[in-house]
Amino acid sequence: MVWVNIIIQGILVGGLYALFAAGLSLIFGVMRLVNIAHGDLIVAAAFLSLAIVQASGINPLASLLIVVPLAMAFGYGLQRGILNRTLGKDILPPLLVTFGLSVILQNGLLELFTADSRKLNAGLIETASFPLLPGVAIGYLPLLQFAVAVIVIWGLQYLFYNTSLGRAFRATSDDPETALLMGLDQRKVYAWAMALCLGVVAIAGVFLGIRSNFDPFMGPGRLIFGFEAVIIGGLGNLWGTLLGGVVLGVAQAIGAQINPGWQLLAGHLVFLLVLAFRPRGLFPKVDG
Amino acid sequence: MSDILLNIENLEAWYGDAKVLHGISFGLKRGEVIALIGANGAGKSTLLRSICGLMKKKTGTISFDGTVISGRQANEIVGLGIAMVPEGRRLFPSLSVEENLLVGGNTGRKGPWSLKAVYELFPVLRERRHTPSTALSGGQQQMVAIGRGLMSNPDLILLDELSLGLAPIIIKDIYELLPKIIGNGLTAILVEQDVTRALASSQQFLCLQEGKITLEGEPQAFSRDQISAAYFGM
Repeated sequence: MVWVNIIIQGILVGGLYALFAAGLSLIFGVMRLVNIAHGDLIVAAAFLSLAIVQASGINPLASLLIVVPLAMAFGYGLQRGILNRTLGKDILPPLLVTFGLSVILQNGLLELFTADSRKLNAGLIETASFPLLPGVAIGYLPLLQFAVAVIVIWGLQYLFYNTSLGRAFRATSDDPETALLMGLDQRKVYAWAMALCLGVVAIAGVFLGIRSNFDPFMGPGRLIFGFEAVIIGGLGNLWGTLLGGVVLGVAQAIGAQINPGWQLLAGHLVFLLVLAFRPRGLFPKVDG
Repeated sequence: MSDILLNIENLEAWYGDAKVLHGISFGLKRGEVIALIGANGAGKSTLLRSICGLMKKKTGTISFDGTVISGRQANEIVGLGIAMVPEGRRLFPSLSVEENLLVGGNTGRKGPWSLKAVYELFPVLRERRHTPSTALSGGQQQMVAIGRGLMSNPDLILLDELSLGLAPIIIKDIYELLPKIIGNGLTAILVEQDVTRALASSQQFLCLQEGKITLEGEPQAFSRDQISAAYFGM
């Protein structure tokens, strides 16, 4: 029963990793941009929630109503103002610029919030749980987090395949020049994609901050988890990204059970194995 | 409303440092079909790309329906009523047939064309509407490309190499539908390697050679030899 519990807890944590990863996957899929600052944006969203909670006293989960729209507006502006200028045939400029953004965000957060470790307090939901099986208790917070991840992935998937914005994303990703001939301005299409990405980042950031301590320098670690989930799941497949997050979460949980020091290592090892034997991921997008 | 829908004055265009169009000027009347003929590399596609806003480096003036469009972006120009059916069809591979058509209607311009009208023109597309566009035959892909252009309800449609890579029987089918495609008073520029077919389908023609106009007028006004001479530069 101990192992059943570990695997279930690992799956639920996987939801959070899928939230880290979904935005990365979306942005890479639409504009082939690898956003090095992705993890720092997640942490920045957690700090934004903290500031709102401290100023108003509301529950961090309720702060999502403010954090998500603000993050989306920031994402739209970031893409229009900076990132669109870096996109082209050369993949180096966006990498360098987002790396720079990462450094600026980390130091900006350090200046504003100091290096102290913080946490968002969501109240009773953090510790409340219900027994599923003897010896297996499911926490409401991890369950909520997982459910939100599934809803976010489903929502993105629906948007991609059933709306005109989704068609615009896919058409622009296929062939930006021809998309232009259809009246689709890639600068705007990319800005909407980044806005959506930052909306998901905001949700991930708030859940991260409720689940564990955070400080201005933990962004790159979240970026790695996000990358690993995307690559384990298979590039360009959002459901695959969710499963990639779950695989990573379960691997870490099993590693931690064997030896607490092996938690992160176990996740990285599974990632390496996938890269070695299934380089396109476990659930690659079917072409054509 | 002026009789002239599209007017081009002294258009020059470059790819990098290579000048590919030299002082092109012509006017196109509303409702007219003009054939653009010329050998490979004569500048036909570049001329179309200049009109629809895809050529970055160009000088001269292009006006459409009284508005100067030569400085506008391609995504604005389609909204003003110029649709391009690009060479090689350029369908969006990750979109289904119907999604490709819907993207074509993205500008929201009103007019006679809708999904229903396109499916009436090409019934086979209705049957295959959920198929990925890459799974279609070349002829069907060309139908999607034409339908996608029509979905923007243009006043002017630019048809670039409709017959490229298609079997003769399919080309014949598409040309038989051309009067329906450019019915409703649509103005069209037809770029075509098949000179006989292009001239038979148009009221005016322009012959380009090395980026210059070498002959223009009504197809009936010139002999075959005169057109050949302009085409090959003899």
